[in-house]
Amino acid sequence: MNYQLNHLKELEAESIFVLREVAAQFENPVLMFSGGKDSILMSYLASKAFYPAKVPFPLLHVDTGHNFPETIEFRDNWVKRIGAKLIVGSVDKAIETGMVREEQGANASRNGLQTAVLLDELEKGKFDAALGGARRDEEKARAKERFFSHRDEFGQWDPKNQRPELWNLFNGKKHFGEHFRVFPISNWTEMDVWMYLAMEKVELPNLYYAHERDVFERDGILLANTDYIQKKPGEKIVRKKVRCRTIGDMTCTGVWESEADTIDKIITEVSTTRVTERGGRTDDKRSETSMEDRKKKGYF
Amino acid sequence: MTQQEYENMELLRFTTAGSVDDGKSTLIGRLLYDSKSIFEDQYEQVKKTSERRGEEGVNLALLTDGLKSEREQGITIDVAYRYFSTPKRKFIIGDTPGHIQYTRNMVTGASTANVALVLIDARNGVVEQTRRHAIIASLLQIPHLVVCVNKMDLVDYKEDAYEKIKDEFSNWASKLDVKDVSFIPMSALAGDNVVDQSVNMPWYKGSTLLYYLENVHIGSDHNLIDVRFPVQYVIRPYNDEFHDYRGYSGRVAGGIMKKGDKVTVLPSGFTSTIAKIDTFDGELEEAHAPMSVTVLLEDDIDISRGDMIVRENNQPEVSQDIEVMISWFHEKPMQPRGKYTIMHTTREARCVIKEINYKLDINTLHRNLEDQEIRMNDIARVTLRTTVPLFADPYRRNRITGSIILIDEGTNETVGAGMII
Repeated sequence: MNYQLNHLKELEAESIFVLREVAAQFENPVLMFSGGKDSILMSYLASKAFYPAKVPFPLLHVDTGHNFPETIEFRDNWVKRIGAKLIVGSVDKAIETGMVREEQGANASRNGLQTAVLLDELEKGKFDAALGGARRDEEKARAKERFFSHRDEFGQWDPKNQRPELWNLFNGKKHFGEHFRVFPISNWTEMDVWMYLAMEKVELPNLYYAHERDVFERDGILLANTDYIQKKPGEKIVRKKVRCRTIGDMTCTGVWESEADTIDKIITEVSTTRVTERGGRTDDKRSETSMEDRKKKGYF
Repeated sequence: MTQQEYENMELLRFTTAGSVDDGKSTLIGRLLYDSKSIFEDQYEQVKKTSERRGEEGVNLALLTDGLKSEREQGITIDVAYRYFSTPKRKFIIGDTPGHIQYTRNMVTGASTANVALVLIDARNGVVEQTRRHAIIASLLQIPHLVVCVNKMDLVDYKEDAYEKIKDEFSNWASKLDVKDVSFIPMSALAGDNVVDQSVNMPWYKGSTLLYYLENVHIGSDHNLIDVRFPVQYVIRPYNDEFHDYRGYSGRVAGGIMKKGDKVTVLPSGFTSTIAKIDTFDGELEEAHAPMSVTVLLEDDIDISRGDMIVRENNQPEVSQDIEVMISWFHEKPMQPRGKYTIMHTTREARCVIKEINYKLDINTLHRNLEDQEIRMNDIARVTLRTTVPLFADPYRRNRITGSIILIDEGTNETVGAGMII
């Protein structure tokens, strides 16, 4: 008998441990669900962690109003399937009520507005832990993120004042009004996520698989054609076979030319690709430290 | 890659410690680059930054420096985690700075590692920092230690330069508690013996660093002898289908648990039998470290988080007096007779620092019995008294049931980490 787990099973065991730790240490956790593969993985692992009981916390989706329609459809089916409660925070409403103001111009994005709505929802729900599907391999500011990441009463991240994490010991202690961001899949890479989803045969939104779509090029990145983006002069719509490597807003999620229409083909594609998955995210390209700056303000 | 291939991959965690000068960043850059784990856009960004700063060539160290303040100061101030994989294994690197003021980061990075890489500049031989890294690896019981004798290109790839360092280190390390030490002569900058076998050192018959990392035996790094199951969370579905279901979930911290095993529950001392080991994917016949499972017992006993399921004839020490080697993390020194929250497995209590026995000089292993002030980055042997008994094993025997952290009751910050003696 071999008592060595394979790497996916070991990652799974670690994530399940962290998810259970959250349920045990916090009074009112919530799982941030974007509809992307990482939050699908995280909620799938949560349904494993508490089996045969239901996931003991709700899912929170911040709807920017600029989502791919496929994302919303998938979200509603998925929530039904895993039997979780869904809370939706709406950026549209926040704009209507004047809580946030919409960016203008061709490069306008609602990415920054998400943060305000997220913090508002966390406050309204009195959540003391928000589970996120961020991974350390995604971006260099995330390479130093803890599993249990402490946020002050303004939801801010202080990279210089992080609690050391050793062994299996996670310190979730906090003062009234503070909360934690918890990242159960910190140690997974993009490749691990795909391998695991394939191994477990987990259902995914169609956007991840190659499909025909109207797209246009901007700054070397292909974007899906949508009314949410103002076209600049000279930007031409073409039809291409593409897929998403990450799913975010239609305004900032690049699509890739691809023939990968099955999960096995995606794994082959990911294993040979030479550009990081966030390479297609225009929100990361605003400056070299844009992720770090956004995280300090409360982005996840 | 086929499903069968990636289902046979293992996970290995290793830690590197070193300063800017001994080539640690170059070594990591080399491993990432030669194993094709660096993406074009990452490489382009680093290249642009190098050019803007007027540096010669592409500074691979920039790949491993994460935060803005670090890039400005050119130092690494925290533990950064890096990932790469080969068809055989996935690797997690806990990359930490090597200066004495970062001992706490080294301890953190070392706590979960299977392998420690200690870098030596071939021109300088064993220096204080080398000794410090090896001592920390030994205190944290990292099962495998690899001494990377780096910058061999700068000593003309001479065998005797390497042999001299190897002897010097071996003689000194005999007083350490490390089970498995290996040596590799290399040049991270030129790529000798990192991923590819060096043509410049035909006298070296051993493996390259990557070959070592891919093949070192890690199957017995977990304790598979003493059954230890700290209860993390109690699962009660409260629905018709699973009406009487009461499962104790947790991560196996040691040993192999089997259905039908007679077990004892601590602290109550009640005994029962394992009725079922349950998971989402179905029932298991047995479970071992580090699996996350749910255990069901034959008898209805009151069990909650912080209790521990063990075998009747193999139990940890149940005690309120704990001897630990403690690594201090906080700017505010340890308060003699101070009270702290203590976390041990899934159990939590309060404790008081009863006695500071000695402070350990982490460069020389000298025991200082006089200095009672334990400051940030110090390591000391102390006696703790806890409000409730802990179920403790010596850290040497089990890194999970042998470790604790201390939390400041006022600020909630983690102020120290300890290894039970």
